[in-house]
Amino acid sequence: MIWNKQAECENRDDRKVKQLYNLKKLVRHVYETIPFYKKKFDDLGVKPDDIKTLADISKLPFTTKDELRETYPYGLLACDKKDVVEIHTSSGTTGTPVLGAYTSNDIKMWGEVMARCLCMAGGTPDDVVQNGYGYGMFTGGLGVHYGSHTLGCNTIPISSGNTKRQLMMMRDFKSTMLTCTPSYSLYMAEQAKEMGIDFKDLSLKAGIFGAEPWSDNMRKEIEEKLNLEAFDIYGLTEIVGPGVSNECQAHNGLHVNEDHFYPEIIDPKTGEVLPEGEKGELVFTTITREGTPIIRYRTRDITWLWHDECSCGRTTVKMHRLLGRTDDMLILRGVNVFPSQIENVLMRIEETEPHYQIVVDRGDSHLDEVELHVEVEPNFFTDETKSLEKIKAKIGAEIKQELGISVIIKLVEPKSIARSEGKAKRVIDKRTL
Amino acid sequence: MKVKQISVFLENKNGRLSEVTRILSEGEISLRAMTIADTADFGILRIIAEQPDKCLELLKQHNFTARVTEVIGVRLDDKPGALHEVMQIFEDNKVNIEYLYSTLMLSDDKVVIMFKVEDIDHGLDIIMQNGMEAITAF
Repeated sequence: MIWNKQAECENRDDRKVKQLYNLKKLVRHVYETIPFYKKKFDDLGVKPDDIKTLADISKLPFTTKDELRETYPYGLLACDKKDVVEIHTSSGTTGTPVLGAYTSNDIKMWGEVMARCLCMAGGTPDDVVQNGYGYGMFTGGLGVHYGSHTLGCNTIPISSGNTKRQLMMMRDFKSTMLTCTPSYSLYMAEQAKEMGIDFKDLSLKAGIFGAEPWSDNMRKEIEEKLNLEAFDIYGLTEIVGPGVSNECQAHNGLHVNEDHFYPEIIDPKTGEVLPEGEKGELVFTTITREGTPIIRYRTRDITWLWHDECSCGRTTVKMHRLLGRTDDMLILRGVNVFPSQIENVLMRIEETEPHYQIVVDRGDSHLDEVELHVEVEPNFFTDETKSLEKIKAKIGAEIKQELGISVIIKLVEPKSIARSEGKAKRVIDKRTL
Repeated sequence: MKVKQISVFLENKNGRLSEVTRILSEGEISLRAMTIADTADFGILRIIAEQPDKCLELLKQHNFTARVTEVIGVRLDDKPGALHEVMQIFEDNKVNIEYLYSTLMLSDDKVVIMFKVEDIDHGLDIIMQNGMEAITAF
C-alpha cells in the first residue's frame, strides 16, 4: 500500500507549487527570526523576496555541520521553546552535539514520513514491527517508533542489543518487519543458528536497514539468512532522523519524501547545483520543519538523484544508495567517527606518536571490528611489557571516552605505518559491504 | 658489574625476528642470550651480545626501537639447587625480580643466569655480600 497517495503520487508540477510555497515561507521565517540565517543571507546579499522559483534556492547559503555545532544548543531554533516537545542529538560524539528540536507538528510529520517508508517496504497496519534501532537521543529508535504508530502497526520497542531476547520476541510475537542496522541483522542470524532458531520458521517478511553503509552483496546475504526482503532506508538527525528516503519494492533507488525534504545535488568543490542524474553531494532543505529547520544542509554524502516512472506508482524523486562521503567520516557500529578525533586523542597522550591507522573489518560477529594501530614513541619504549600494556589501556580508555565505542589498540613499531608523500593512509576499510 | 641488555620492540608479524638476526649476523655480533616476552600483538626481544653498543647502534640504524636495559648476570655452579640458592638470597633481602633467563653457554663449568631486578644496585650489593659472582661482560 501507499501511505499517502496524494503526496507520494502527485503530479510533479503540482508538487513543485507546494514545495515553492513552503520554501518561501521557510526562508522568510528563518530570515526574520534567526540572526544566524539573517546574517548569512545578508552577507550574500540575498533577500527572502529573491526566491521566486524553486531554482532560486541556489541563491541561498549552505549550512554546514560545523555551523550547527557553533550554534548549539538553541541558536537555530525557529519556534518558541515552549513549542518544542522533543529533542534529539546526533550520534557522533565530537564533543559538541548537533541538535534536532521537534514541535508536535514535526513529530507528526516524522511519523508520516516514516509510515510512508514502512509502506514502501510492504508494511500495512496488520504488521508487527520489531524495532531494533537504539531508543534514546539517537533518532533511529523513536523515528521508526512514530512511523509504526502512525501506520497502526503493533510496535515492539525492543531497541538494539540483547539478541537472545530479540529472537525470542520475534518468535513469540511473530514479528513481520524488522528494523535495525544491516550488520546487526547478520549478527542476529548467527545467534539464531546457535539457539537452534531457523528464520524459515519465523514470520519476518521485510527488514528496513540503515544507519550504516551496506551493499547489494550484503543485501543478498541478509535476505538469504533472515528469509526476508531487505530495504534500504536513509535519514540523518540534522534533517529529521530516519524517514528521509526509503526503497520501494522495485528496489531501484530510494524515494525521497521531497514534499518535506527538498533535495539538491551540488558539486562539493564549487557549490554549484548539478543537473539531475549527475553525481555529487546531497543537500537538503527541510521545507516543513518548525523546530530546527535547515537551509541547504550539506550532508557530505555522495549520490545522485533521478525521476523515473517507478512501478510502485510513486512520483517522488529517487536517490541512489550512498556512494561515499566528501569527507573522511567513517560510520563505525552506527557511530560517526572522524579520523581527526582519533588524532586529537593521540596528541593528548605523550607516550604515543600521532601516527596511526584505523583498520575496520567485519569479523565472524558481522559487527564492525575496529583496530587502531599506533606507533610507539621510542622515548617511551621501556623494557617491560606491562608499561606498554598500560599505554595501550590508556589509549583505549581515551578513545572510548572520545568516540563512545571500543576499539582494539595495537602498538606497532615506529615508522611502520606507510607515509605517502608526507600524508599517511589513515583508514583501511576491509569491510565487504 | 652491570650487564648491558638490548631490548627491542617487535610487532608480532612475520619476519621481524629474522630481520633482527639478519642484521646482527651481518654485523658479526656474537649472541650470548636471547629471550622474548610476548603479548598478543607485540613482543620485547632481549639480547645479550658480546658487543652491546654496536648491537644497539645497528638495530637503531635499521629503525628498530631498541634501548639498553641493565641486568645482573650471576654465575652459578651447574648443579641442582644452585638457582634456588640465589633466589632464596634475593627473597630474604627483598630483591624484586622482574624476569630472568639463562644464557646460551656454560662458562668454566658454570652457568650464567640473567636477572632483571627492580633495584639493580641493591641486587648487585646482595650478590656481592653473599659471596656470589656477577659477571661484567662476556
